[in-house]
This record gives sequence, C-alpha cells and structure tokens, in this order.
Amino acid sequence: MILHVFSLNFLNGEKSKTIYIEQIKIMIDKNKNGIPDYQEKELLRFTTAGSVDDGKSTLIGRLLYDSKSIFEDQYEMIKKSSEKRGESEVNLALLTDGLKAEMEQGITIDVAYRYFSTPKRKFIIADCPGHIQYTRNMVTGASTSNVALILIDARKGISEQTRRHSFISSLLKIPHLLVCVNKMDLVDYSEEVFEKIKDEFSQFSSKLDVTDIHFIAISALKGDNVVKKSENMPWYDGTTLMYYLENVHIGSDHNFIDNRFPVQYVIRPNTDEFHDYRGYGGRVAGGIMKKGDEVMVLPSGFTSKIKKIDTYDGEIEVAHPPMAVTVLLEDEIDISRGDMIVRENNKPEVSQDLEVMVCWFNESKPLRERGKYTILHTTKEARCVVKEIRYKLDINTLHRDTEDLNVKMNDIARVVIRTTSPLFYDPYRKNRVTGSLLFVDEATNETMAAGMII
Amino acid sequence: MNYRLNHLKELEAESIFVIREVAAQFENPVLMFSGGKDSILMTYLASKAFYPARIPFPFLHIDTGHNFPEAIKFRDELMAKLGAKLIVGSVDEAIKTGMVVEEKGFNASRNGLQTAVLLDELEKGKFDAALGGARRDEEKARAKERFFSHRDEFGQWAPKNQRPELWNLFNGKKLMGEHFRVFPISNWTELDVWQYLAMEEVPLPMLYTAHTRDVVIRDSIILADSDYLNKKPGEEVKNMQIRFRTIGDMTCTGAVVSEADTLEKIIVEIETTRHTERGGRSDDKRSETSMEDRKKKGYF
Repeated sequence: MILHVFSLNFLNGEKSKTIYIEQIKIMIDKNKNGIPDYQEKELLRFTTAGSVDDGKSTLIGRLLYDSKSIFEDQYEMIKKSSEKRGESEVNLALLTDGLKAEMEQGITIDVAYRYFSTPKRKFIIADCPGHIQYTRNMVTGASTSNVALILIDARKGISEQTRRHSFISSLLKIPHLLVCVNKMDLVDYSEEVFEKIKDEFSQFSSKLDVTDIHFIAISALKGDNVVKKSENMPWYDGTTLMYYLENVHIGSDHNFIDNRFPVQYVIRPNTDEFHDYRGYGGRVAGGIMKKGDEVMVLPSGFTSKIKKIDTYDGEIEVAHPPMAVTVLLEDEIDISRGDMIVRENNKPEVSQDLEVMVCWFNESKPLRERGKYTILHTTKEARCVVKEIRYKLDINTLHRDTEDLNVKMNDIARVVIRTTSPLFYDPYRKNRVTGSLLFVDEATNETMAAGMII
Repeated sequence: MNYRLNHLKELEAESIFVIREVAAQFENPVLMFSGGKDSILMTYLASKAFYPARIPFPFLHIDTGHNFPEAIKFRDELMAKLGAKLIVGSVDEAIKTGMVVEEKGFNASRNGLQTAVLLDELEKGKFDAALGGARRDEEKARAKERFFSHRDEFGQWAPKNQRPELWNLFNGKKLMGEHFRVFPISNWTELDVWQYLAMEEVPLPMLYTAHTRDVVIRDSIILADSDYLNKKPGEEVKNMQIRFRTIGDMTCTGAVVSEADTLEKIIVEIETTRHTERGGRSDDKRSETSMEDRKKKGYF
C-alpha cells in the first residue's frame, strides 16, 4: 500500500479513500483489546557475517522484506541502482551498502545496523562484512549480540570464514550460536549434506567455548525454512529461522547474580526542593539491586544501604540489567564516576595486573610491548602498560603462536597488562559489561583495540 | 519475578546511558533541537537522564527561517517549561552577512545552508559535543553511524575511518578543536519513537496529527503552502486533510494525506505505511548519496 499514491488517487476518485479508511479502522479494532502488543516486545540483537556470495544479503533482504521492513521507496531506489549497474536482479546488498566507496567497490566496509520487528520481538541486525581484513567489524558487531547467525553454503561446507566467525562469536561470548546451512536448494535439499555439515561443525566447535548451538537447513533465495516451513525438506524436523529468532530464550543473557553498579554520573540538583539530593546515575551491569540492600562502594570499601532507587517515573523497588537508574545511599560517602557499588559478600576482582585477550583494530600502529595506553573500563578510565605479549592466536587453526608476536590490525593476542589504578572487574565470560575494556592511543585518541579480561 | 524490559524500555535505558555519558565525558555539550519529534524525544530522554536535576546543557536550534509557526511556538513553550537555555543559529542572518548564499529556483532549499550555520554556532559556543536525534533506520549513510561520531576540526565525518564502538564503552577523547556528534537514539526506528511517545504520553506539536491545511502538490510530494514556497505557474493551492511525518524546513518537508488524529492512529498508520518517512524529504532525493555527502561536510 503506497500512501503517496493513495493520496493522489484520493484527489481523483473516492474509491481509494474508502479502502484507506477501511484499512485503518480494521487495524484499530484489532488493537483494541487490552495492552497494545508493542508494549510486550523483547529486543534481540544478532550479528551476521558473510562474504558477497554466501547469500547473506539475500537472507537479510528476505527477513526485512517478509517482515515488511523494506519500504516501497527503498525498494524502488535499489531496483533503480541495480539496473544502473547492469544487474539482472534486484541487489538487496544495496540496501545495506550505503557508502559511496562500498557501492563503487561492491563490498561492505563497515558494520551496518538493520532493524525489523515482528509482533513478538524487535530485532537489531549488526550486519558485518566478511572479508578477512574486517575481523574488527565482526568483533564490533558481536560485542552486544545475543545471537550469532552463521551462514554456511551447503555446497561448500565449512569454510575458513565459518571458523573465523564462530571463533569470534565464542571469544565475544555471544550466548547463542545459530548455524544456518544455506542454499539447500542447490544440493537437492539433501539430508545427508545437512547432517554432514552439522557433524563437521560440531566437531570443530567442541574446541570453542560455546554451549548453545542450533542448526537450521534453509534456502534464503527460495524461502525454505526462513519464515515458512519448507515442504522440500520433510526430513527436517527443526524450527524455521524466524521461529528460532522469535523464541530463543534470551531472558538469562544478562548476569542477574553478581551485583555490579558502575557509577556513571553524580546527580546533584542543587535546588531548594532537592537540596540534599545526591544520586548516583548508572546502568545496572549485573545482579538485582533492591531498596534496603547492604552495599559496599569500591574503591573506598565504605559500606552503606540503598536508601532509594530513583527514576524520572518515580521510585522503584528493584533494578536489574540493563536498566538505567539513580541510586541513593543512606550514608554520605564520597563517590564519583568510575566507582562501583557492589555487595560486600560478592565483590568483583580488584587488581592492577590483568590477563587480557585483545583484538587489535588499528591499521597504522601495531601493539607495542612495553607500550602505554589509556584504558576505558565500565565508567572508569586508567592508563596501562603492556607488560608481556604471551601469544598470538591464529583464528583459523586456533594455534597459539609464541614466536611471531607482532600484533597488527585484526590480530588476536593474549597479553598481560598493569594498570595505574586497580580495576574492579569480572572475567569476561562471567560478565560482558564488567569484563570488557578498550585500549586508546594516548597521542591520537583512536580506539586501538578491544580487550576481554580472562 | 521476571527481570525483563520491553524493547522500548531497553531502548530508553540505552539512550539515557549515552546521554549521561555525554554529560560525564564532555565539558561543553549542546543538544541540537529541530522541533521535530526526534528532538522532542531526545529532550524527554535527557530530562529522564538527569532527573531531578535540570538538563545540564543548552539547546541549539538551527533556524532556516522557513519554520512551521506551530513548531516554533511548541519549541518556545517547551524551553520555558524546562527552564533551558536556547541558542538560535539563524540562516537568515547568515544569508544577510554573506556567510552563505541562498539557492535560487523553484526547488530552492535552505537545507544545505544549515551546515555552515551549525558549524559556525558550534565553533562560537565552543561546544565539544552536539547531541542529535538522528536514527540509523532513517537513511543508509546513517546506518553506519556511531553513537559517538568523531568530527575533525572542520566538522567533517570520515565514514571509512570511524572508531570501532563496542559494548557500552564510548571513546569521546579528542584533540583541541575537534568535536563529537552523539546520537543516543541510533537504535530506534520510526515506529519505536511513536510507540514510545504514545506509551509515555509525551506532548507533541499538532503538526504530526491529521489537520486541514493549504498545500501544493509538487512531484507527488505534498508541501505546505507558505510565503516561503516559490509556486510554479499552474501550481494550485488545495485544502487537504494531512499530517507530517517529519518536521523540518517548510519548503522541503512533505506531508501525507491522513486521518490519524491520535497517537494510536498514527502508530497504526505507520505500521501499514509502505514508504520511509524521509521519502517525503526532497533534500534526500538529490542523489543516491546526498545524505553521505552532506554528512561528510558536517551536516547533522
């Protein structure tokens, strides 16, 4: 339904007007029962990676198209562009490849974020380019994802890229791995092919730190098992891709056990009404915080009680990840940005010496042993020196190289650092918020690397 | 106990975190306010982020001089209510002083002229961070934008050399003279914005709901009639029931025929619409990469 066309028809004849009004009326009636469904939706973030020909763009295009997230004018625009480029079919990759350089070279340079939603969930796709040199984009996209969608071409089986993407997903602790064996139509929808790839992948993934792996046989081009269950694969008894995305349990993806509240910003209104108000703004990074809880503040070690958990919408009793709230304590303690509110009997690690897996991002400057960097960790900033590079990891073979320690862009390495002041952290595998950090160049301020604390 | 947030509350939490991060990391931030729903949402989220304290930064409106009077009235009332400081950068002034040159012809637009005025105001105010209500779903060059978007001393965006952004760690470090554009509602879609505004019952200018207005239809885009619009011979003024999906410069913001006179009806309308909201923006139609080109030069 095109609104503009409607509006023009509307001027010429009465017919379109009626259709338009009817449509709105019907929709409103549907929505009249109880709470609007949009207030019950969950947010799921997933990442995809792939190269030009493995059908990734087709799959994303299909998910967007089938969920009605591609608009007519967007579709018309890429159709025009495809024709201009002499392509016979509408190239859905053009939806995501928006930058000039990308269109000229026909490659994806940067992570593109795409959005679609169904009545059950809103989805954010971090669409990452799959070229070997763009590991840093995959890491970026993976850092906030609940699900990693890994595409395998049924004809080719597991490729170097499959391994790389799977490894990065496990390194970044994406809780759910979804392996889609695509292009099943080109292997006669063969169960044998699917099972073989499944076995091979399971063997390889046993070396990875992933617990939840799911396999789906699909054809993104023909639509088999994407939104609708395929009639071409009666032997396949699993769910469709869309069903999986809508139903995979993500309620436990946050850490709800270990209370961590990094203080982000101190709120002091200094008005007559709120004269003595001193609130600590921040986002709950772990655990369930309740009014009345006994808490400890790091680094000072002072203890107090939670007097109040405040929000613009009023006081609340309980706060949990990833809520942004303001915490008030019973006692006046000197607390500032970078401090952390925790429970006395469940403290994070506190140390200046850390073992970190780093993914190096910078093109011009490699990692320097003995090099000094600024560290961004939760809301805290510190400096560090790289004391030792333990090994470099080959992400294709998982081989640990202790000889060649030259860590360049897209390399992954294990290092030992010492920071200027103690960090309050958890191992990354226990908490993605308190276990992650960034390395920043002290001269150029560029983000040099991402780190995951071991 | 179910420790879940719905998608709107999760987006809200993410945006509040980013807005607080700006207040914490920068010395002199400013919130770019256009009068549209996205900047109204931004203002609302900023109120939430610092409650019960006031929003700790001023607002900046780049005034093309071609405003909907309703939008200006709404802006002034909102600012008075918040007790906020509003800075107005005027394109009219810039034309008078010769800083920019007015485009000529029927499709003349002041959209491009905003960039120079914006950069000038940022420099004058020594602002080191400008918060904006741009969203990644609006336009494909914006789909690759960061929350914290680094700009060099000329205000330029380097799309190929953006800082990687991971987890909730935002690197706002910069050299003298450089600044950041920050987009806290990056992950919201148009529908999310409307659903949230409805859920929270946020007041909005009436322009967004269906009303009757004198309009001119040009290249199948419905434009509000005003003194600023250069009418072509034969272009007729019609009175129609319309509403606006975006509010910008009056001369390039298209309306849609609509009967949606409540937020709920607007949501239903958007759910069934098959056109993007910027589809009515003639400034985006100049070329396939017109947004990227403008952004590189420092456009918001």
